[in-house]
Amino acid sequence: MDADMKVLVVAEHNDGAINPSTSKTLSCVAELTSLGSDLLVMGNNSALAEEAARFQNVDSVLYMGNEIFEHQIAAVMSPVIAKIAQDYDCVLCPSTTFGRDLMPRIAAALDVGQITDIMNVVAPRTFKRPIYAGNAIQTIEIQDNVKIAATVRLASYKEVETNNQATIKNIELPEIELPSHTRFLRIESEITERPDLQGASVVVSGGRAFGSSENFELLYSLADKLGAAVGASRAAVDAGYVPNDMQVGQTGKIISPDLYIAFGISGAIQHLAGIKDAGTIVAVNKDADAPIFEIADFGIVADLFEFIPEFLAKLG
Amino acid sequence: MEKILVCLKRVVDYNVKIRIKPDETDVVTEGVKMSINPFDEIALEEALRIKESGQADEVIIVSVGSEDCQQQLRTGLAMGADRAILIEHSENTEPLTVAKLLHQIVQQEQPKLILLGKQAIDDDCNQTGQMLAELCSYSQATYASKLSVGSNSLEVTREVDQGLETLEIDLPAIVTVDLRLNDPRYVKLPDIMKAKKKPLDVINPNDLKISMDPFFKVISVTAPPPRESGIKLNDAGELFDALKAKGLVD
Repeated sequence: MDADMKVLVVAEHNDGAINPSTSKTLSCVAELTSLGSDLLVMGNNSALAEEAARFQNVDSVLYMGNEIFEHQIAAVMSPVIAKIAQDYDCVLCPSTTFGRDLMPRIAAALDVGQITDIMNVVAPRTFKRPIYAGNAIQTIEIQDNVKIAATVRLASYKEVETNNQATIKNIELPEIELPSHTRFLRIESEITERPDLQGASVVVSGGRAFGSSENFELLYSLADKLGAAVGASRAAVDAGYVPNDMQVGQTGKIISPDLYIAFGISGAIQHLAGIKDAGTIVAVNKDADAPIFEIADFGIVADLFEFIPEFLAKLG
Repeated sequence: MEKILVCLKRVVDYNVKIRIKPDETDVVTEGVKMSINPFDEIALEEALRIKESGQADEVIIVSVGSEDCQQQLRTGLAMGADRAILIEHSENTEPLTVAKLLHQIVQQEQPKLILLGKQAIDDDCNQTGQMLAELCSYSQATYASKLSVGSNSLEVTREVDQGLETLEIDLPAIVTVDLRLNDPRYVKLPDIMKAKKKPLDVINPNDLKISMDPFFKVISVTAPPPRESGIKLNDAGELFDALKAKGLVD
């Protein structure tokens, strides 16, 4: 830990709430500095700043309220963040599609290299990160006197407590020219009452073996019984059974629930990359040779259509 | 539009199970099958489809890497690209440096659209396209799963964590592509023969006046901690008991 390192964290928010990805990124701050961090919230809703001020590891919330940040467009945000980052030693974002879209633009504007997916801070300027879909771990050191620009791998960090009362500073949009070349048209999201995939402690997941979107209802009923989030393999998404935001794996979401139960998922390495940090992995598959059994803590060779109703009955 | 530029990276083939070198400096790449990064291949396929629909005149492919990258560029030419550029550099090149080199090519060629894969499957950095967009001050759309070309703009659907986001971006633009955008074509033998005659220019990065100095030093590349092998259970009752014993269900 470098006691004097000044860290700026860029908050991700959706639908008027700070995304839990921001909280996990703040958890990484504790490995970098004893100073806490400034949390930059760019949005169009001051309630976001109040929510942000409750997170641990935040000294000050820097709230920049402006309607141009409503949809968090990377090309609009990056010049502003690069200017604010002049006063910091390190800028962090969550390694979500939001942070991965944004941080390289910030790094390029600052003329520094970027670290993607910090999984561990080994020393103030030395980091571990996964490469080859998590099949190898790279330890890299960044030169001295270079600003650190990095994204934080969510599956490696827990959320911070929300009992803080950080100072909220309203900051003005700097006088720089911002692009108008990008227009948000729409977002299509599934409305669900179930927990968020990246924050859930239990995830149940389905593969192509379900055969149709109707058959996924069986998995949803199990999820509701367990209070679980629902994930899927790439094959199930490609087949159109479920939307893309449910995909778990290298292309999709990398998750770390306490319990992960995979039904009818063979276990391509890209899928396994997304679940390696789960506490307990359970695999149910008809094929006894499915690669997922190699990493599962509990494996059951069974037909999921028979197994799930039996398991539901056990859960009572 | 006149030109589309597609950036390709040579990587260890998608189907290879990687091995770590005994001295833990890198993964083994000698004697291993190498290919175009699969996401970049999807980017090239999309560029070719745009050209074949009459909305572009020329598809140029570019790569940064060793002389061996010519193999992947020839494959790209066989898929249908019109010409190729190799910025030849034998050392591993960091994404920001690659983006700066590509920026020079963008200034020379002035493409209206630049397509790249969303990330390379070797270093998983997911940076080059966005860095290039910032250096060029262009609009960007990452993780594209659908793309429609208008006269001066694009409508791009992006696979984001919250679902499918659709943006309208003005040209010139940079789009990085995700795997559901298309299925790349197979290369046919006559096309491989034809590709041998297509132009492939080799550029020395020193001529582009970009510093190749790295920001990072790789300390080690190691295997991830293995997961303990688990046990087979027979039925739902046994699983329920096992999970209950661990306090995971009640």
